[in-house]
Amino acid sequence: MQPYTKHESIAAAMNRSNVDTDQIIPKQFLKKVERSGFGVHLFHDWRYNDDGSDNPDFELNKPAFKGAKILVAGDNFGCGSSREHAPWAIADYGFNTLISTSYADIFYNNCFKNGILAIKVDKALLDKLMAEIGANEGVRFSVDLENQQVATPAGNGFTFDIDPFRKGNLLSGLDDIGLTLQQADKIDQFEQRHKQAFPWLWPR
Amino acid sequence: MEPPEAGCSLSLIACSCMSGKTLYDKLWDAHVVRCEPDGSTLLYIDRQLLHEVTSPQAFEGLRLSHRPLWRVKACLAVADHNVPTADLEHGISDPVSRLQVETLDGNCAEFGITEFKMGDPRQGVVHVIGPEQGATLPGMTIVCGDSHTSTHGAFGALAFGIGTSEVEHVLATQCLVQKKARNMQVRIDGQPGPGVTAKDLALAVIGHIGTAGGTGHTIEFAGAAIRALSMEGRMTVCNMAIEAGARAGLIAVDQTTVDYLKGRTYAPQGEMWERAVAAWMTLRSDDDAVFDQVVTLDGAAIPPQVTWGTSPEMVVPVDGRVPDPEAQADAVKRESLWRALRYMDLKPSTPITAIAVDKVFIGSCTNARIEDLRAAAQVARGRKLAANVRQALVVPGSGLVKRQAESEGLDVIFREAGFEWREPGCSMCLAMNADRLEPGERCASTSNRNFEGRQGYGGRTHLVSPAMAAAAAVAGHFVDVRTFS
Repeated sequence: MQPYTKHESIAAAMNRSNVDTDQIIPKQFLKKVERSGFGVHLFHDWRYNDDGSDNPDFELNKPAFKGAKILVAGDNFGCGSSREHAPWAIADYGFNTLISTSYADIFYNNCFKNGILAIKVDKALLDKLMAEIGANEGVRFSVDLENQQVATPAGNGFTFDIDPFRKGNLLSGLDDIGLTLQQADKIDQFEQRHKQAFPWLWPR
Repeated sequence: MEPPEAGCSLSLIACSCMSGKTLYDKLWDAHVVRCEPDGSTLLYIDRQLLHEVTSPQAFEGLRLSHRPLWRVKACLAVADHNVPTADLEHGISDPVSRLQVETLDGNCAEFGITEFKMGDPRQGVVHVIGPEQGATLPGMTIVCGDSHTSTHGAFGALAFGIGTSEVEHVLATQCLVQKKARNMQVRIDGQPGPGVTAKDLALAVIGHIGTAGGTGHTIEFAGAAIRALSMEGRMTVCNMAIEAGARAGLIAVDQTTVDYLKGRTYAPQGEMWERAVAAWMTLRSDDDAVFDQVVTLDGAAIPPQVTWGTSPEMVVPVDGRVPDPEAQADAVKRESLWRALRYMDLKPSTPITAIAVDKVFIGSCTNARIEDLRAAAQVARGRKLAANVRQALVVPGSGLVKRQAESEGLDVIFREAGFEWREPGCSMCLAMNADRLEPGERCASTSNRNFEGRQGYGGRTHLVSPAMAAAAAVAGHFVDVRTFS
């Protein structure tokens, strides 16, 4: 995983609520056995016309949003399936930062495993950010994870909360499994106790 | 059993130190390996279920980092999403689907994991076969790279869906780093009337609290209407917890749970069974447990439900009408209602019973167990598909469900009525195999998601119970199964 560094990028707006993972990456693209190459399929059914050309009415196809790394989206983003293909597609497309009022829990977890910072803001602030982008498409926001701050040209900047463990992993790009395996002796000890308490979970 | 580290056993969110524990608190506390001061918890996982769509990249990760499995016997694998439900002797014709299933076969062989392969009678939808085999037991923590893992919470097990990185994490460490969710209780008292099923209760709950209503929470379903459900009904309810935003749904253990599990292949036997049952019977929330949120519904007031839109919360009673978006004050919500109506090709205020269907799907991890098939067959018996219904699929949840149904003659009832009797798999719930809707087709479906394109690009899904789906198949449009004769 790439460490997350401070950046200034175009912020794209997707003012829809309950965007589900079936829209983020439709199931016909879940059949790959690799982790890469999902970006071209991101939002496939909304993004492309039936003949495969770009749908000009789809938000992210606006020229001003080209190269955006920040996506500002409506409530309950990422609801539905647990497919990690959704954050894989989002990251592969080029986004590394999401801003919304809320995310589905599994999707939210998956984002942080893939170097995506998912920021939660309240509804009033989200509306302001949407309005700022609407009034000035192509506007660039800067994101500073270390100091947990976002700045915008119109002065809608804010400080955000983030779990320290997730923040640390994003900043370092560290491998979760390696970290857990440092606790292997604790897991062994737990298993011994667990086996005594619930022996039927260890059939021979 | 004592929690390993002081402080970890208390919910950091609701530190009601003097009150009793919820079922979720008990399950959580029994699996804490280590807890950080900020609440990050290394949680032990007793069982991991694996399927072909969300596991290949996890096994690839293990190979690349030369990591072995922590505990092979905690794993059980099955291919379900991509498997065909017809002409099995020809194998999988789509090469990409075939590669995914073969990759699972190869990974299970390489790592020594038990897998129920295509053609094995034990093969089926992962959330059907776990309980059927007794591989799902009360008190367990259970994960799977699939959001409908919440199903297994019906057994008083803490079960939730995870992403592929987490699948790899559990394979390598048998643990997950988690933060505890909040406690929510959904209480349904009042017995539902005839023709009202677990599916209708689940849809009514989602309609009431919304698809984000349970986000950040574990939902325990309680009350007389839940207690009266069979295990299969309870699985249907917990299955849909994720559609209400909750990663995990739970139902306390009682005699119904124990009776279901007795004698199943992976369930304990003999003296170990007695010990297990004694422990399982404590898996209920204490009377003085405090929930962060409580929602109460009257089961007697819930009619059969039909979704009209593109989110499970867009649901109304069968005797209701499609809503009018103009009645919605919030502009973003109003636009999302209009968007849903356009996608569904419906006009505001249309009576639900005036909506005609092109296809019917009876199946999925929500509603493909034997009781579901019996309920649908009872409606289909002696009737024929309506002329406007092009196809009606019945897809049993597993090979064993199929065999049981055939021994009861249900396959004959369905076939005589014009339904297609298929092999087990996820099928048209998400249309990763050949079973799908064509653009514009409208389907009465017993599955769990009515998202745009879920059952096929441009397809239009209405979620209903098995009996309601069968009634729509023979009437050609939605009908109230309570008055259907």
